[in-house]
Amino acid sequence: MPEAKDGDRRAVNTRDGGASQSPWRMAAQEFLRSKVGMAGLIIVLLMVLFSFVGPLLYHTDQINTNILQRNLAPSARFPLGTDTVGYDVLGRLMLAGQSSLEVGLAAAGIAAGFGTLWGAIAGFVGGWLDAIMMRIVDGFIAIPTILLVLLLAAIVTPSLGSVMIVLGFVSWLYTARLVRGEVLVIRTHEYIQAAKVSGDSAIGIVLRHVVRNVVGIVAVQATFAVANAILLLASLSFLGLGPPPPAVNWGGMLTTGLNYVFDNYWWQIYPAGICIVLTVVGFNLLGDAARDALDVRLQRRSTVGVGLATSGSEFILVPEEGGSR
Amino acid sequence: MTRYILRRVGQALVVLVLVSVITFSMLHFLPGSVARAMLGRHATPAAIRAFNVANGYNRSLPVQYWLYVDHLVHGNLGFSYHFEQPVGSLLALDLPKTALLVGSALFFALLIAIPMGFVQAMRRNSLLDHTFTTFSFIGYAMPTFWLGLLLIVAFSSKFHLFPPEGPSGTNVGSAFSHPLAMVLPIATLTITTVSQYSRYMRSSVIDNLLQDFVRTARAKGVSPRQLVSRHLFRNSVLPIITLVGLSLPTVLSGAVIVEALFNYPGMGWLFWTAASYHDYPVLMGFIIVVGAATVVGSLLADVGYALVDPRVRYVTQ
Repeated sequence: MPEAKDGDRRAVNTRDGGASQSPWRMAAQEFLRSKVGMAGLIIVLLMVLFSFVGPLLYHTDQINTNILQRNLAPSARFPLGTDTVGYDVLGRLMLAGQSSLEVGLAAAGIAAGFGTLWGAIAGFVGGWLDAIMMRIVDGFIAIPTILLVLLLAAIVTPSLGSVMIVLGFVSWLYTARLVRGEVLVIRTHEYIQAAKVSGDSAIGIVLRHVVRNVVGIVAVQATFAVANAILLLASLSFLGLGPPPPAVNWGGMLTTGLNYVFDNYWWQIYPAGICIVLTVVGFNLLGDAARDALDVRLQRRSTVGVGLATSGSEFILVPEEGGSR
Repeated sequence: MTRYILRRVGQALVVLVLVSVITFSMLHFLPGSVARAMLGRHATPAAIRAFNVANGYNRSLPVQYWLYVDHLVHGNLGFSYHFEQPVGSLLALDLPKTALLVGSALFFALLIAIPMGFVQAMRRNSLLDHTFTTFSFIGYAMPTFWLGLLLIVAFSSKFHLFPPEGPSGTNVGSAFSHPLAMVLPIATLTITTVSQYSRYMRSSVIDNLLQDFVRTARAKGVSPRQLVSRHLFRNSVLPIITLVGLSLPTVLSGAVIVEALFNYPGMGWLFWTAASYHDYPVLMGFIIVVGAATVVGSLLADVGYALVDPRVRYVTQ
């Protein structure tokens, strides 16, 4: 979600004079200056450290169940208590964080790669192929994300790998749209015309020039996609179609805790939810700051146009973002 | 204007056809067959063959698709394996309940989000703005079922204000006879929707504040109060029409989760149950109906928007 700071943005533009610095360095500087971006970066790094380095410092048995110590309240021995089969909740949070983050990143990566390729080809080739490819995207967008995910998850046997692919498959659509839009603009630039005239193959031009140019917006989009995939993974686990045990993720932990709502086992309901919220907020802040920084690079003040176009530049993501639940 | 509407209707039809192609091909090109899912892991090859012949799965794909579309056009959405009822009547029974849930949530979301975003934009970077922003960021980052869970903990477990389950009757009347049971499901869906709409409203107002017409109105000596009510507010609310159309799939997605959590037997609950039983005809029928609703929703939003705001017509023509 955008922090609209048009005033600041303009100030940066005039100060740097645009031409004196490389656009990427300007973007990086703008990003480092942004408090929002730093906050997002710190949150994300902390969650990564917690999930991947945490287990090295805090050893727990996450393999053998122990029904003698099930649903214990937090104590010195179990800082966040134990769950319904006797696992230490704090240790479990770390393990669950690993797969939540891995699924999120993998899904975003798949979506970024596939979406970029799809959008670049459609935008570059144009004509009827473009029309068909984009109508396919429209068709998929008309289907609510969670339905698509549920349908795919019902067809494919769930595993950590298949969930990554399924979640990647539902989030490439907006990347494809954005990339195509960008390519339509880029392709009129003279250097692309020059490359065409000098005999470069279409695929070569797409790979070399176009992909390099859209890397920024794709990265921004991918950052939001990580957050979405983590939310979707949680919903999928709640609906019973997440990756099966022994895989564990935050959403799955919450779903187990759901059975104890009326027992006041708060340690099974709050910590995992807070982990999800922190991670998702972290990635969203990161994405916001990156987008603002990118706007500086492209010297593109948020265009103040009519209706659709206006909010499109900032909020084209809205329907999809929400689709994550 | 007529040409604009005709073109949009044409596009909408194409998208609808594609939705049907997509759902159809997903079921046929992905690993795992309908017969396996229905008859179980230990089905004999003979049983599978018999099932395929009985359901027409042995014919060529184009023929199957043609038959499928033929049925669709005649209003036949297929027959549910699990519920042993026509999909159409299942959906018809559950549609009003979901429409009630989603409709009320949308209504309350707009009622809250429009003033909220407006105030935020008018008092940008104030304490109030930051507070609301924090709220919407967190509200957005919460898994819907966790939010609902927290509401249950607070309002059902701690204080026994509202029941933790939605009304469970099979018709929509039960929702009206148990209004208290509807409070938490609607609240959950409303909160998740508000966190998106208010952000949208906020940036819409901010965009409009920079517009030339605001400056012109000021220069003409329009009073601040009139400027806000007549020029700014109206123009800022307009894009929300589009947003409501576009966010229909999102809100319906939320409805799946909310209905599953609160055990509210609407379309979302039906879809979820069908997914756990691999009941493909229900899944396909539901997606077609929702896809159609989405396409029609965004069509209506676009056309409505063009009717209200002539500038859109000039841009798109």
